[in-house]
Amino acid sequence: MSEQAHATTGTYLRVAAILVMVTLIEVGVFYVPAFHTVLVPVLLVLSAFKFTLVVMFYMHLKFDSRFFAFLFGGPLLLALAVVVSLLFIFYGALRLRTGG
Amino acid sequence: MTPHPVAHAHRTSMGLDSRKMAFWAFIGSECLLFGSLISTYLVYKGRSLVGPYPHEVLNIPFTSFSTFDLLMSSLAMVLALAAVQRGDMKQGKLWLLVTALLGMVFLGGQFWEFSHFVREGLGLTTNLFGSTFYVLTGTHGAHVTVGVIWLLTLWVQALRGKLGQRQALTVEITGLYWHFVDVVWIVIFTVVYLIQ
Repeated sequence: MSEQAHATTGTYLRVAAILVMVTLIEVGVFYVPAFHTVLVPVLLVLSAFKFTLVVMFYMHLKFDSRFFAFLFGGPLLLALAVVVSLLFIFYGALRLRTGG
Repeated sequence: MTPHPVAHAHRTSMGLDSRKMAFWAFIGSECLLFGSLISTYLVYKGRSLVGPYPHEVLNIPFTSFSTFDLLMSSLAMVLALAAVQRGDMKQGKLWLLVTALLGMVFLGGQFWEFSHFVREGLGLTTNLFGSTFYVLTGTHGAHVTVGVIWLLTLWVQALRGKLGQRQALTVEITGLYWHFVDVVWIVIFTVVYLIQ
């Protein structure tokens, strides 16, 4: 459970290049009509990938103590559960009200 | 792999630095704050009774540039930390300043965007989109502002010779905050701007 060494400058530059490329893909997917049927899942996966890259390499969670991952991951999962639960509750109630 | 200086460490019984542990706990609590704001935005998405609506005002090319700017600021931040950890304060000062400047560019962009939206007729109380959009992105912008002030404070400390390799952990904690602000924007860019 100890804090360990971080990544090298080369790794940081490679991560930055990947982040920029994924952002370009996100914007590209947004503008291409052919992708509109799968727009939401594709964008969510790409966004989660960028999020993970920054957290693992720039915030050093890949190299640091797992306890830090627990301190961050626990509330993050709880926040995700709040988002999903509220969406289900709100849109479920809306469907019942409109009979949809 | 570069060594990780642990000078001035305040160790807990787990062998971890207490300041870093406390800061990760703080970031965890921030996840819940932004989680609630993003939930609110999503729950009220598409429920505005009057315009302007998101597709009428959101400018994707402009916001893509802001996203690129914030991603590059995260790169500058890790380069600043790496420089401070190896005792290269000349590079450390440079990258800290670059990070702060990129943060200011982002804030300038947000100020322009908000001004543009107000000119288009979208105020805080115009409709549900306006209320949830301004509260979510405004809270994020407030966090960026705090980050910029924090970075400039470190930069001034470095200029005065009060920030060196022994204070690497201070820079690392600042970096944790800055990268968190970046990952929150990654989510906002997708949820608010791209998924309309």
